[in-house]
Parts: sequence; structure tokens; C-alpha cells
Amino acid sequence: MASNAAVPFWRTAGMTYITYSNICANLVRNCLKEPYKTEALSREKVHFSISKWTNGKPEKPTIRSDSSEE
Amino acid sequence: MFRQTSRLLARTTGAATSRRSRAFSTDVPATPAQDSNFIESWKKVIPNIDPPKTPSSFMTPRPATPASIPSKITVNFVLPYASELSAKEVDMVIVPATTGQMGVLPGHVPTIAELKPGVLSVHEGNDVTKYFLSSGFALIHANSVADIVAVEAVPLDHIDPALVQKGLAEFTQKLGSATTDLEKAEAQIGVDVHSAMNSAITG
Repeated sequence: MASNAAVPFWRTAGMTYITYSNICANLVRNCLKEPYKTEALSREKVHFSISKWTNGKPEKPTIRSDSSEE
Repeated sequence: MFRQTSRLLARTTGAATSRRSRAFSTDVPATPAQDSNFIESWKKVIPNIDPPKTPSSFMTPRPATPASIPSKITVNFVLPYASELSAKEVDMVIVPATTGQMGVLPGHVPTIAELKPGVLSVHEGNDVTKYFLSSGFALIHANSVADIVAVEAVPLDHIDPALVQKGLAEFTQKLGSATTDLEKAEAQIGVDVHSAMNSAITG
């Protein structure tokens, strides 16, 4: 019993399934035709504000508008 | 202390139970024998506390295999942002499993299949609807219900062939020049996904 199951190449490279799945989804979205592409990319955009906390108080928040690439 | 209980129980049921005062093998029903033994001995020792539940008691039972094979499979095809097909009755679906294209007919053995980037085709009478899936899972239950989950699924005509060719060339080149394991893996994924899209639109 050398290994329990055939390990996929991305797993041996240290990637998790979720990362793999998200990369695949991004690649597919980038190859869509025009109206669908902008729709898909805008659907996956995230917009959030982060504030670090020190000594029990929040510091000034920063706003991040990330598209779904890592 | 309670770990010993099941060991002692096993010895008791194995031996001549008729001579013992506690005849477990005649008291317990056929299934689930292990749980009833444990619960009985628990109650004898700690009558006031409920016996602990085992993981299998929390699981809802899996759908049972029906007596006769149904004529159609019920497909639930969902994406994170939309439900593409919801309880649709079709004749056959072909899913792109990592082990190859898998055809699912009514009465298929219960399966959990990981999907690779590829084409999902839904056959209903003479109509075939195809989607390109980025990756996901297909869960087929004994009662001929198939749950297909994917992160991204597009009809084939939404894919732009020029972008696919460009992406394929770019990732093949990245694969050649990749140094770390992670870069190689990413480039390999890129090549796999783009070649799957390529064969989907040309095939």
C-alpha cells in the first residue's frame, strides 16, 4: 500500500481542492464571450472594508475592491 | 471503564448465554445489535443518564433502492449563484468525471464522482443540452436522483474560441517556463482547462 489513492498533481504541489476549483472557474470565466464575460466577472467581484484592531480599538478601515483573482 | 463494556459484552454473547443471567443474544433484535448491547449495559450501570448517540444515529438514512428501476432520472444541477436544473426528469446525463465521461441512466448505482473541467450533456428525448463545467461533483443516489454541483457552468456557445486559443498558448508557454511546483501546477491546470474548452467547442 504505497499510497491510498492516486493523488492529483495539484494536491502534491500543495494546493487545496477549493483553490484548484476556483482557479478553474476563473479560467473559464475569462474565456467567455463579451456580455457573459462582464456579467460573470462582475458577479464574482467582492468589495469589502477591513480594519485592523489594536488594543481593543479599530484602526482606520481600508476599503478593498478585489476581483476574484488571488 | 466503558471501553471494557463492549469487550466484556462480546465475550458474553460469544459464550454459552443460556447459563448466564443476562442473555443478550436472545434479548437484542437483529439490527442494530451493537447499539442495543451497548445501550442495555449502559442503562444497567448508569440508569439516570441517557446513552450517548453514535455518529450513525445522526445521519439521515440514504435513499433506498426502489424495487423497479424508474424510467427517468431526476437531475438537480446547481451553481453557487443559480439553480440551472431543478428536479428535471431526463433520460440520461453524461458527466465529465475525473475517470472519464460517465453516462448516468435511471437505476445507476449510487456514486460520488469528482468532475474535471468538461462537458455535461443532458439528454431528454431527442434534445441534448450541453454545458461546459469548470469542476465540481456529481452525486448519484439509489433512487435515480442525480445532484450535480459545479462552480461555473456555461452553455458551449458562450465560450469565445479566440480567447481559448490565446489562453492555451499562454499556459503552454508558462508550463514550459515554470520553476516551482506551485507554478507548474497552476500552468498545468491552465493547460487542462483550456484544452478541455477547446475540445468542447470543436468536438
